[in-house]
Amino acid sequence: MDRSKLAESFALDNTATDIIEIKRRIKYENELDKGFRKKIAESAHGEKLYGCIQCGTCSAACPVSHYMDYTPRKIIQMVREGFKTEVLNSSTVWLCASCYACTVECPKGIKITDVMYALKREAISGGYKHKNFPASVLASNFFSQVLNNGRNSEGPLLLKIYLKTNPFMLFKNMMLGFKLWRRGRISMKTEHIKDKKALKKLLQSMDNMKEAAVI
Amino acid sequence: MKYIYYPGCSLKSTGKLYEESLLAVFRALNIDYVELNDWNCCGATAYMAIDEDKAFVLAARNLALAEEQLKGEEEVNIVAPCSACYMVLLKTQKYLKENPADMRKVQTALYESGLAYRGKARIRHPLDVFINDLGEKEISKAIKKPLTGLRVVPYYGCQTVRPYSTFEDQRNPVSMDRLFKAAGAEIVDWTMKTRCCGASLTGTIQEVALPLSYVILHEAKKRRADVITTACSLCQFNLECYQTDIDKKFKTDLKIDVLYFTQLLGLALGIPPVELGIQRLFSAPDNVFKILEGGDHVYV
Repeated sequence: MDRSKLAESFALDNTATDIIEIKRRIKYENELDKGFRKKIAESAHGEKLYGCIQCGTCSAACPVSHYMDYTPRKIIQMVREGFKTEVLNSSTVWLCASCYACTVECPKGIKITDVMYALKREAISGGYKHKNFPASVLASNFFSQVLNNGRNSEGPLLLKIYLKTNPFMLFKNMMLGFKLWRRGRISMKTEHIKDKKALKKLLQSMDNMKEAAVI
Repeated sequence: MKYIYYPGCSLKSTGKLYEESLLAVFRALNIDYVELNDWNCCGATAYMAIDEDKAFVLAARNLALAEEQLKGEEEVNIVAPCSACYMVLLKTQKYLKENPADMRKVQTALYESGLAYRGKARIRHPLDVFINDLGEKEISKAIKKPLTGLRVVPYYGCQTVRPYSTFEDQRNPVSMDRLFKAAGAEIVDWTMKTRCCGASLTGTIQEVALPLSYVILHEAKKRRADVITTACSLCQFNLECYQTDIDKKFKTDLKIDVLYFTQLLGLALGIPPVELGIQRLFSAPDNVFKILEGGDHVYV
């Protein structure tokens, strides 16, 4: 769409300098985040990341790579080079549906899905937010729900996400929700486990251990 | 042998029909099961994206609970029908085995809340139980209404077979094929067995997810399939419930029945459809009923 707009404005005005943003298209080496690759490799438990041969098998195996702004192969290379902001702002990280096709096919045994998880964690904790991608909102809401109740309740979860991101979707999916509800397949009840206290304690002691490790 | 049944969240809501049919089939085949006491969510794909340590401890809590529940038994088998649960439990077990430092952390945290995790539990998929524990012979003996002439396309989805499955080939899984061959059906071979259906992206980014489901449905239609059988609650949901949206978007008329494999197996075992949650489907699977009742429906 942008391109057609651009062409249109060119037809009207030959000196349409105001719409063409002049931007440097390369990055100099001192602008890269050199520690990024180590951080991600540690977080994804894979030094194997360094051994990528850039064959592109992952991108070929990926069912959603043609929607991504950088394919998985590029992402791996960009992580190694230290393009931190580009990687964490990319749609790739949130489009990954965790189908593990790349992980199975990779000839070097890199666990690419786990790298994506590491990038997701990094993006959320670093405050990188992709405004068009409710996937990150889904992840954080799911997390808080399980944290509090021990179980995930699909109805309230979806309602919350749609209200937070795109209320139009709620309207669009109302009929589907109704159909499901009539067949007893969805409810607005919040599910929870009996022993909520023990679960909280469990997660708390996990936190404590992490703090102890940091100190 | 007693199996611990770990339902997971989706088998209690959108996948209710999976639970009903699975348990009905278990009873019909005399498989002894008991539901896991006070189980919690496995964390699925979302928890891993926020905090990995907590994701592992959540999954390990379920394993520890299973070990406690079957304390005296020699072997602890935990059946996880939802493929996300199955994968997460396997991943946790494998990861903790390989990283003793994290294992100690998880064990300490569990110990503080009164549980003990030893890593003894075996994580099983119902397909694994049917094919490897029971065997095709036993199943074909129990079949009351053979599915002769029904063209079945088995769809396994991603996480049932990838990447940690203990009983399947990662590229060409065959357990569901074998199961329905034993039930007398005609198996249609296809290339979409383990292709991704779009998973949770259907709820968040539909522009990406709907084409993924469309490709699978279209391929099945092209191969003149009567029914697609799935082993995952998200796959079934995406392929069935979004069919009208897909039809609208791609201007097609797909109308393919998508059943849980346990539902179709249950019908072949002669279990009444109501007990299998057939009434919870969006449309009645007429093709299947046609075969089971013998010949076409004739309207007078």
